[in-house]
Amino acid sequence: MAPRTLFDKIWDDHVVETLPDGTSILYIDRHLVHEVTSPQAFEGLRLAGRRLRHPERTIAVVDHNVPTSDRTQPIEEPESRNQIETLERNVKEFGVPYFPLLSANQGIVHVVGPEQGISLPGMTIVCGDSHTSTHGAMGSLAFGIGTSEVEHVMATQTILQRPAKNMRVTVEGVPGHGVSAKDIMLAIIGHIGTAGGTGHVIEFAGSAIRGLDMAGRMTLCNMSIEAGARAGLVAPDDTTFEYVRGRPFAPKGEDFDRAVAYWKTLSTDEGAHFDKEVTLRAEDISPTLTWGTSPETVLPISGAVPDPAQEPDEARRVQMQRMLDYMGLQAGQAIAGTPVDVVFIGSCTNSRIEDLRAAALVAEGRKVAQGVRAMIVPGSGNVKRQAEEEGLDKIFLDAGFEWREAGCSMCLGMNPDRLTPGQRCASTSNRNFEGRQGPGGRTHLLSPAMAAAAAVTGCLTDVRELV
Amino acid sequence: MEKFTTLSAIAAALPEANIDTDKIIPARFLKTTQRTGLGRHAFDAMRYREDGAENPDFVLNREPWRKAQILITFDNLGCGSSREHAPWALLDFGIRCVIAPSFADIFFNNCFKNGILPINLPRAICERLMDDASMGENARLTVDLARQVVIRPDGEEVPFEIDPFRKHLLLEGLDDIGQTLKHEQGITRYENREHQEKPWMPSIHID
Ligand code: SF4
Repeated sequence: MAPRTLFDKIWDDHVVETLPDGTSILYIDRHLVHEVTSPQAFEGLRLAGRRLRHPERTIAVVDHNVPTSDRTQPIEEPESRNQIETLERNVKEFGVPYFPLLSANQGIVHVVGPEQGISLPGMTIVCGDSHTSTHGAMGSLAFGIGTSEVEHVMATQTILQRPAKNMRVTVEGVPGHGVSAKDIMLAIIGHIGTAGGTGHVIEFAGSAIRGLDMAGRMTLCNMSIEAGARAGLVAPDDTTFEYVRGRPFAPKGEDFDRAVAYWKTLSTDEGAHFDKEVTLRAEDISPTLTWGTSPETVLPISGAVPDPAQEPDEARRVQMQRMLDYMGLQAGQAIAGTPVDVVFIGSCTNSRIEDLRAAALVAEGRKVAQGVRAMIVPGSGNVKRQAEEEGLDKIFLDAGFEWREAGCSMCLGMNPDRLTPGQRCASTSNRNFEGRQGPGGRTHLLSPAMAAAAAVTGCLTDVRELV
Repeated sequence: MEKFTTLSAIAAALPEANIDTDKIIPARFLKTTQRTGLGRHAFDAMRYREDGAENPDFVLNREPWRKAQILITFDNLGCGSSREHAPWALLDFGIRCVIAPSFADIFFNNCFKNGILPINLPRAICERLMDDASMGENARLTVDLARQVVIRPDGEEVPFEIDPFRKHLLLEGLDDIGQTLKHEQGITRYENREHQEKPWMPSIHID
């Protein structure tokens, strides 16, 4: 057999049938469901008199609409409450496993899946949400789908797909002090652009990637979608197997050993063909952040905001100026030292225990700068509990951060956590589009440590000066 | 999904290009939990005045076009956001067929997924069909999918192209799910094989 990539292997392993027009019926191992993109799918099943083919391969959570304040109070916004109540009715009617709002297992769907051992290596995983790519860190093929497709997976446990192209992004070397997976990913997106991965599945490889823990790999794969890719992948290795061992829904005992034996076959063969290859050196990457309203507009923290006048392409120039105006920045100004109003540490990109530890390391013994609102939103109830066991909540509260309940929170303006027009936010989330965190809000994407540094200094700051 | 064989219905003309999905259904209606019921918000900004009253000049607010099941527009129908709410809103209004010189990709696909037939015809022909669509109670067109023709009020037949597989799905009323379920034996075979090869595959059960 010709040498195959990791993507090829997972794909081949899940093809049920290939139709004459080249579309494949692809088997889906895990279907993750949340309240925003599922109601019409359940309704479709109901109208057609269908059931879920495999509810036991499905898991539902509420995350996008939930308030991250006191959970014992009823949800105020009627439409949010309606979406949550609708999901609760649907999971009951269709027998779908569900972590309710008040469960410690509740959280952002892309944090919950790996944490519970529901997302495992070699699986195909889908969810009606573009950041499903996160689960690719497990060495699984994971991608977002539309609502019709959600219904299709519910009814058939398969999806209709054409194979993607293969791309490999290799990062070699050892990241410098203060440089995290988020910085690596922002640097990659800055390098290849938001269309750099279009039509491809990106496999992340190289010594710098192998050196990352699972949380870091999830950050990387999470933002593959911001590079235009259909999915991101990291080959499973000992780090992966140790992470999976003992998780609630992971295979146990002999089953675990058998699973590992299979998972070990999941790596790209020597000589396999990639349609596109990119290589970066970890040593070249500094703490990185965005200055504009597209994830590819990145800068090292020591850098200056680019000048549209230097941009030869007319359309680009106009767009850059528009971004600067929206962001309230001047061409050529140093990005470090720009004052912030809000700091958001959370989202499916950076809300795991490792992320909170990195932020706590910076926050410890310091105070949130005056006039800055700083929020910590753990990715799940379990992350929150673990952080409390480690005393991180105390560090944050002492420093003046808000310590909140799990959910998508200020990653998108769909729940009560929102920016007001003109507010500038240092955010660990993944999208800096206009209005993403609230109408008129200004977002700088950066790592948890950099966000914490912004909180305690009141401005965008090189974290290396603090730790 | 309802079969699409022949449709003889009132046709409405919206002589505009680049009607985006936000015009078809504005973002503020996306927090709904149903795909039905969106029809009354279809073309909201054109259809209603700021005080919520109907705009009497808008074609879909006038007789006989309130009952239109065919819609004719100019280029690039359905561009913008990929929201599936756009075909849901059209369908709920009663539209089963849209005719335009060109369509945005995702909207075009989403139409088929929801039992709406999108027909590509050159602009000059669309203009003639728009003339037909302005003939009051006689604004009727007939679409015969099996024969791939649009029949004008004067009996003239306008042929159109369609992908044979998609035509088949519409004629049979098969949605993607119905189509995939024809391969159910294959899916079961796959599951049996998985059972052998990955006996460790866990199920999710929560009490
Ligand atoms: S945290 Fe943000 S990106 Fe992640 S699932 Fe929630 S809304 Fe989407």
